[in-house]
Amino acid sequence: MVLGTYKQITLGRSTDKQIQKISQDGGIVTALLCFALDEKIIDGAVVAGPSDEMWKPEPTVAMSSDEIMAAAGTKYTLSPNNMMLKQAVRQYGLEKVGIVTIPCQTMGIRKMQSYPFGVRFMADKIALDIGICCTENFPFESLRTFISAKAGVDFDLVEKMDIGKGKFWVHTQDEVINFPIKETHGYEQNGCKVCLDLVSELSDISTGSIGAPDDWSAVQVRTNIGETVFKKAVDAGAIELKPIDEGKFGLEMLTKLAKSKKEKAMKVIDERKAMGLPVPYKASNEKEDPLANV
Amino acid sequence: MIARIKEFLGMEAQPKEVASKQEVEKVAEEKAKPRIGYIHLSGCTGDVMSLSENYDILAPLLTEMVDIVYGQTLADVWEMPEMDVALVEGSVCLQDEHSVKELMEAREKAGLVVALGSCAATGCFTRYSRGGQQAKPNHESFVPIADLIKVDAALPGCPPSPEIIAKTVVAVINGDMDYLQPMIDLAGYTEAGGSDLQNKVVNQALCIGCGTCAMACQTRALDMTNGRPELNEDRCVKCGVCYVQCPRSWWPADQINKDLGL
Repeated sequence: MVLGTYKQITLGRSTDKQIQKISQDGGIVTALLCFALDEKIIDGAVVAGPSDEMWKPEPTVAMSSDEIMAAAGTKYTLSPNNMMLKQAVRQYGLEKVGIVTIPCQTMGIRKMQSYPFGVRFMADKIALDIGICCTENFPFESLRTFISAKAGVDFDLVEKMDIGKGKFWVHTQDEVINFPIKETHGYEQNGCKVCLDLVSELSDISTGSIGAPDDWSAVQVRTNIGETVFKKAVDAGAIELKPIDEGKFGLEMLTKLAKSKKEKAMKVIDERKAMGLPVPYKASNEKEDPLANV
Repeated sequence: MIARIKEFLGMEAQPKEVASKQEVEKVAEEKAKPRIGYIHLSGCTGDVMSLSENYDILAPLLTEMVDIVYGQTLADVWEMPEMDVALVEGSVCLQDEHSVKELMEAREKAGLVVALGSCAATGCFTRYSRGGQQAKPNHESFVPIADLIKVDAALPGCPPSPEIIAKTVVAVINGDMDYLQPMIDLAGYTEAGGSDLQNKVVNQALCIGCGTCAMACQTRALDMTNGRPELNEDRCVKCGVCYVQCPRSWWPADQINKDLGL
């Protein structure tokens, strides 16, 4: 199962016009967090919020819909959201925390919940973990370099960045520039190369653009918590659904990319093991399903 | 009782090994209560305080589920008896003959020796000792207990969280070896510190900048700079928790799936 265990897979998008305008794709993350906050399912959420520097996100505890919306949209660089959990629980005193995580961050949170060695009274305060799809991540300087050098755009003028259809897209007020995603290779952070998870398999609800048409997101509902929250949000009309296309540009594409990320990672994992380098995952011949995230 | 503790911890029953929750309870009732000793060496008592922070389950835990047969603050006993499990808090001071003797005796009399907390497991804060202080200026060398005896399992943490202590106790009573495996492996992790993140994660091309280490650090010695952990060595107590919690140090996939019901 290259997409992990899920109860439901669907396309979805926010019904809120304002969220649609600012969101990366279907606005699922923003819609869910705003809904969960309104419904008091969460007291606040850890998000990749804006910092003083353009396109450099800063882990932020968002306490209002406005703050959640200010963090909408994808930033293709590192935002160590997990570190803010401590502030959310200790400084802000939140009892029910929402958090947005890429797969590796989801893994850090789940490991902490199962084995909270030094993490006191935090494991039970994660009320909702929304995972986002991630192929790889870039250090900030990498991002700056290929935006200025490959796209030839001043960083401060960029209004939106996007990855899709094999290309990296840079939107400014006047133009849309793209270059092949292949050209970003060599700029990604190295730790991503052993990652076996494209879709945040361990989150409560995961979402991303792969397999979805423009302005929609593919959503996987995974845990019981995720199921409850998602159903409430849909019933309340915060999110509208339509079935995911099973074909080439839908589920097939998502499955293909998840599988290819896993295959590439397994190759690196096996190579590293052969060289005697540490890696937390099993070699392909040590596990039943060679593509499982173990 | 088991059900109550599980509910408290949000742990799920184990469908694989036993047919029903009732059976788990029955098995637990039928088993003899494990005899536990608490050996207090050079630590600050923070670990036993963390244990006692399991308010909801502490009284039944101590009275119904285990027998505390030895321990300075927990039992009025002078002679160390035979024990199933010895929980050791604190590192051992090589210049303190009483500590060394008590540790050796614990190893002889206990079936399992558990290093409870980072002082016992990694030396933690006491690693910085250079002696020359009152009341015993010659007490200088503090080492993790695994330097002197074989340790069966370790729970690093400064202190280990109340939850991990409770989860471990439940796993021991249920004989859940899958859950305990990481603690068994961690018995070998005796030289720890924030620099492990640089040496064993960043240097090994494994860091992904998730921030879990900075969240876990109990002394706020870690910050994230440009997506990588930055260590303030003056604040690091060498407890090892940052590296233990890092998703790239070891990965308990099966346990996580079980806990999430996936």
